[in-house]
Amino acid sequence: MEIILNINGQDRKLDVEPRTLLAHAIRDLGLTGTHIGCDSSSCGVCTVLLDHNTPVKSCTMFAVSAEGHTITTVEGLAQGGNLHPIQQAFHDQHGLQCGYCTPGMMLASIALLERNPNPSEEDIRFALSGNLCRCTGYQNIVKAVQQAAQVMGKKSEGLGSAADD
Amino acid sequence: MIPGAFEYHRPTSLEEAVALMGQHGFEARVLAGGQSLIPAMRYRLAQPAVLVDINRLPGLNQLSEEGGMLRVGALVRDTDVEFNSGIQSRYALIADVSRVVADPIVRFRGTVVGSLCHNDPAGDWTAAALASRAQVVIRGPAGERTEAIDDFLVDSFTTSIGEGEIAVEARFPVPGPRTSGAYEKIERKVGDYATAAAAVQLELTEDGRIQEVGIGVTAVALKALRVAEGERLLRGQKPTRDLIRAAAEEAAKIADPNPDARGSKEYKRDMARVLVGRGLIKALGRLGVQL
Repeated sequence: MEIILNINGQDRKLDVEPRTLLAHAIRDLGLTGTHIGCDSSSCGVCTVLLDHNTPVKSCTMFAVSAEGHTITTVEGLAQGGNLHPIQQAFHDQHGLQCGYCTPGMMLASIALLERNPNPSEEDIRFALSGNLCRCTGYQNIVKAVQQAAQVMGKKSEGLGSAADD
Repeated sequence: MIPGAFEYHRPTSLEEAVALMGQHGFEARVLAGGQSLIPAMRYRLAQPAVLVDINRLPGLNQLSEEGGMLRVGALVRDTDVEFNSGIQSRYALIADVSRVVADPIVRFRGTVVGSLCHNDPAGDWTAAALASRAQVVIRGPAGERTEAIDDFLVDSFTTSIGEGEIAVEARFPVPGPRTSGAYEKIERKVGDYATAAAAVQLELTEDGRIQEVGIGVTAVALKALRVAEGERLLRGQKPTRDLIRAAAEEAAKIADPNPDARGSKEYKRDMARVLVGRGLIKALGRLGVQL
């Protein structure tokens, strides 16, 4: 089946079988930042965003079903060579060790911050409970999300006042 | 793990979807959230020849009250329920369930109706639907019919949906001011199947008697069960600790769990009792009744 997937702002033409999973389709395009871990929708490392704010486990969705949605993978986060605030925060706070869960963690975190810009520690741990990390013990991941919340909150305040002017 | 090959259809109207299901019969499965179906296909536990993807059908994402019922369309995601402040404040049982189904990411895609249709022996929504006496609306070649949840949930992974039919909606009675509920679930970790879980909903009369009560348990038998004898003991009575203890015992009597890594038969059976008791006490507490 010929389909067009909009990934990180670009329309990509693919020829897939209906059974091709979204995670595999994305990786076959060379976007290998989307990882595959448990292969059974348990671990969350394959998390991508549909339509900017809806996280889905791309190993548990068919590529054909993603047609018509925008897809954001970890490769789409940095803009113009500048890290996204969530990426900067994971870097600053050492929110990763092996890095395997990190793309999924960051995309799930963005989805949380989109609907709850000022989450408590409990909110963060709850929202990320479908994403497994076997290295960090989660402490620094939580700190990273807190930092990103602060930075992103300031940024939107800034935009607000600019609009007021 | 790659699922077996299948023919893929993405109809744009319910009529077209029903026609496709009619054409392919039991060879075809409906794809809504896919959060149970796709893993089952990956493990080759399910190998449908045809998938009818209903995600583009209009009108299946309604989540609104009408005629005393909360209508939950077949495309309402678990997160639509979880993030709906009206439901969270007024539907105690449904609110509890919406925060513990699968994991937070899976809930963005998984649907309430899909979970009922999957009828997993450890499903959360099935127990909640039993306790709240929900209904399922089914559309087929012969038109639409509404089925009580007890008739809908036939057996493990089996519902009363017939050949060529699609479940389009679940309906939950709108709770009155003296109605509350609770969902009590034991799980090893977020996203795992329940070790055992109990859903309860009850309505008190003005003078504090139990007018109506629903109790469902899950993960403790081949399918979610209604604890009918426990309900019968409670109905019409003033709630007491002894009465709750007796009603909870009834859950253990009908539980017939499979032992696995989550617990032994004896443990799970006892947890059915414990969780029903806790659920009843929590629901009563939410109505201001401390025992």
